Amino acid sequence: MSKTTTPVELEKVVIRFAGDSGDGMQLTGSQFTFTSAMLGNDLATFPDFPAEIRAPQGTVEGVSGFQVQIGKVDIYTPGDRADVLVAMNPAALKSNLNWVREGGNIILDIDYFEDRNLKKAGYETNPIDDGSLDDYKIIEAPITSLTKTALAGIELDNKSIIRCKNMFALGMMYWLFDRTSDETIKFLEAKFRKKPVLIEANKKALNAGYNYARTIRAIASNYVIPPASIEAGTYRHISGNQATAWGLLAAAEKVGRKLFYGSYPITPASDILHELTRYKNLGVITLQAEDEIAAVCSSIGASYAGQLGVTASAGPGIALKGEAIGLAVMAEIPLIVIDVQRGGPSTGLPTKTEQADLNLALYGRNSDSPCIVIAPSTPANCFDYIYEAVRLTVEHMTPVMFLSDGYLANGSQPWKFPKTAELADITAPVFKENGQEFQPYLRDPEKQSRYWVTPGMPGLEHRIGGLEKEEVTGNVSYDPQNHQKMIDIRQEKVDLVANFIPGQDIIGDESGELLVIGWGSTYGSILSAVKELRKEGHKIGMAHINYINPLPKNMSSIFANYNNLLVCELNAGQMAGYLRTKFPEFKYHQLNKVQGLPFTITEIKERINSII
Amino acid sequence: MSDQIIDTPPKLTKKDFSSDQMVRWCPGCGDYAILSAIQNALPQIPEKKEDFVFISGIGCAARFPYYMNTYGFHTIHGRAPAVATGVKLSNPKLNVWEITGDGDALAIGGNHFIHAIRRNVDINILLFNNEIYGLTKGQYSPTSRIGLITKSTPMGGIERPFSAGELALAAGGTFFARTIDTNPKLMTQIFVDSSQHRGTALIEILQNCVIFNDKAHGAVTNKENKDDFQLHLTHGEPMLFGTDRQKGLRLSGFKLEVITIGENGITEDDVLVHDAHEKDSTLHNMLIRMSPPYFPMALGIIRTVEDRTYDELVELQYQQSLEQASFSTVDELLQSGNTWEVK
Ligand code: SF4
Repeated sequence: MSKTTTPVELEKVVIRFAGDSGDGMQLTGSQFTFTSAMLGNDLATFPDFPAEIRAPQGTVEGVSGFQVQIGKVDIYTPGDRADVLVAMNPAALKSNLNWVREGGNIILDIDYFEDRNLKKAGYETNPIDDGSLDDYKIIEAPITSLTKTALAGIELDNKSIIRCKNMFALGMMYWLFDRTSDETIKFLEAKFRKKPVLIEANKKALNAGYNYARTIRAIASNYVIPPASIEAGTYRHISGNQATAWGLLAAAEKVGRKLFYGSYPITPASDILHELTRYKNLGVITLQAEDEIAAVCSSIGASYAGQLGVTASAGPGIALKGEAIGLAVMAEIPLIVIDVQRGGPSTGLPTKTEQADLNLALYGRNSDSPCIVIAPSTPANCFDYIYEAVRLTVEHMTPVMFLSDGYLANGSQPWKFPKTAELADITAPVFKENGQEFQPYLRDPEKQSRYWVTPGMPGLEHRIGGLEKEEVTGNVSYDPQNHQKMIDIRQEKVDLVANFIPGQDIIGDESGELLVIGWGSTYGSILSAVKELRKEGHKIGMAHINYINPLPKNMSSIFANYNNLLVCELNAGQMAGYLRTKFPEFKYHQLNKVQGLPFTITEIKERINSII
Repeated sequence: MSDQIIDTPPKLTKKDFSSDQMVRWCPGCGDYAILSAIQNALPQIPEKKEDFVFISGIGCAARFPYYMNTYGFHTIHGRAPAVATGVKLSNPKLNVWEITGDGDALAIGGNHFIHAIRRNVDINILLFNNEIYGLTKGQYSPTSRIGLITKSTPMGGIERPFSAGELALAAGGTFFARTIDTNPKLMTQIFVDSSQHRGTALIEILQNCVIFNDKAHGAVTNKENKDDFQLHLTHGEPMLFGTDRQKGLRLSGFKLEVITIGENGITEDDVLVHDAHEKDSTLHNMLIRMSPPYFPMALGIIRTVEDRTYDELVELQYQQSLEQASFSTVDELLQSGNTWEVK
């Protein structure tokens, strides 16, 4: 074991914290993340929550994880496999070992590797002794007992003392990766403002961990990850669900309407409700409805009354909302429907990610009822694309389906946030008389959208509803020719949106051997794979689709520039199927995965290599 | 309060509230009388015409908004309470009317119905109860009586019916009135009164479907003995009924009992006095449950109590949030909390 003290410089590193759900791993991970962000690293994080709320302590079911990749280079994903795993007990080791690269470092709280806890985790023999960890560098740290020693004399019960062990582990990581504890100390001082003894205890544990790692020099040396060359500006850390909520706030403010958010609790969308309900002072009205249908219907009522109606759910809830979304299509009013996708079908894998609701968003309503469909692709750009969703639903008077997913929703990254003045204008289609008589289904000739005339406006009383409308007057009409015409107009209205969205952009080569087509949260993994292969000399492009319906107008001309098209998505082939119906002239290769997990970069590279 | 409103010279007339659309209910349908009563009631309500909104679900009754020259939204089956809740919260100055039927409100929309009432959103719900599905051509509904022969119960219905009023009170209802399509005066008065109630006002209208369930309410409306089977309740007045108002109600143990004044020494003093403002709903429930042949059907405002409305509380929390907030724009929010500079 070398005793050198010169830190080794790394380009990037993936760290995974794992422990019992009561061990505070999410907090430990986010503190490490925040400190790294302040030091100028680029990064991306992903929490791995257990599906059960309070599984028995020490069991594999109760393990909570947090992965972060930090770098001096641009970071697009939380990383495939960890370089360093911190496992606070045997169960954490067992359920996370698959996520550590061969040769990676594993820090174990050795205090828990005794019979009782090994048994709870389902180990028959102690993995430390039985050779199963031979491929890894193991650091056996008595984290719990050293925490107790460090905190001896502090007026705290044993349970509270043991709870500080996560700070000990964090302290170790701070030494190993050459970061200061300053930000975390500030955080502790604010968090335990009213309980100074907890500030003292946690600080002591943090310092003890730091000094312990320095003294034992468990790893040959510590590492530095220098700051990344990130665009200058003011940053904050943001998760996908928070960015979605804030994008809605910004858009509602821009359009000058109140944000009405009707929703029913469901994983992984509920955090948007929790977030938005804190901003009543910005005019936000949140309604926790009695069910998914009431959630969407109350939002439709809000839009009908002239505010910005938004509802959200995951797949099971979106399925329930289908009929009501059709009503918004028919009534031609604004409506945002957020689908934070999760593993399905049915209840499926509530805490895992998947992209399998694309068909639901595109086609999940009775009859021909087209909706605009948009998907964000990074946690931070949930802000930009929900903002776009609002712009389109308001200006075009038709519902927008917004396809986020669990990976984006809970993942987070540093975000250079905009000033609201820089954001696009959103103009509500207000009816101006100009000598013309009002009719409920008069239309803007460029967009085919009708006007947003709402109850309370004098002299413009009218009736709308779910029955087929007569063109212009909006009166109920069962006339065959009129129905044909209205079906055509509603489709045309959505098609015309293509004139009001940016063209598809290409990353990498603008023509060549292969174009990788993706959408949604697979952005980071696809981008990393494409960059690596291009470095190896391949001519590869990447088209990541955010505007799904309608597609950007230049889509097929882009496709024509490549020898091969590969569609990568976390479902059984829904985008590929959609593109085949839109552009049947091309042949599409596919990479599909439905395991509740994101793509690894390796998987994408291997698939690309199998084609070119 | 209502007297004063009626005294105010009405600026608008019934005609102002009739749309140009042809009314398409079956000839003889009770819905015509209800439409006319509403069009008579609205001019008596001190609101601007543009502030009335009619929101309906699906069913014969749900066509109602098309015939009103007000803002109207014909939505989807059972969901009108949810739409109406969104409308009211989004623009609290609107005077919101939900039009529904027994299938719409109590079967497919049962959940929204009870939750709107539980929240006490300030809307008026007109429930047209004809005890049948009309628009789908004659299936039994959740209020159909046991034994009713319909297209879907050829051997007679075996399901126990719901009582809309009891359901509403169990959900914490603050206003429940019952009226009948054969009594336009009573309907109009109740509509005007209900519009003044702050909170969810449920008005059950016993409505006749001439086609699929004719005379479902015959025992109550029957000309010969309707006085014996209709109890018109007025707050503060004794519960008297019958041709010469010689019959009344009193409590006997935990049950209501019909008594006749002059018999066995019974005087008017023995008759219960209606207290629509009583918070305890026990007696209101008993009144709601009554039906012929042993009891009269209770009509009029059975319950009207004050409580905070949902929309008021939403507004209250908004005001509180303004006092507590450390920021007032999205830009300020973006800059709040942990941020850092990259140079
Ligand atoms: S079916 Fe019955 S309720 Fe419907 S319109 Fe005809 S009579 Fe009226």
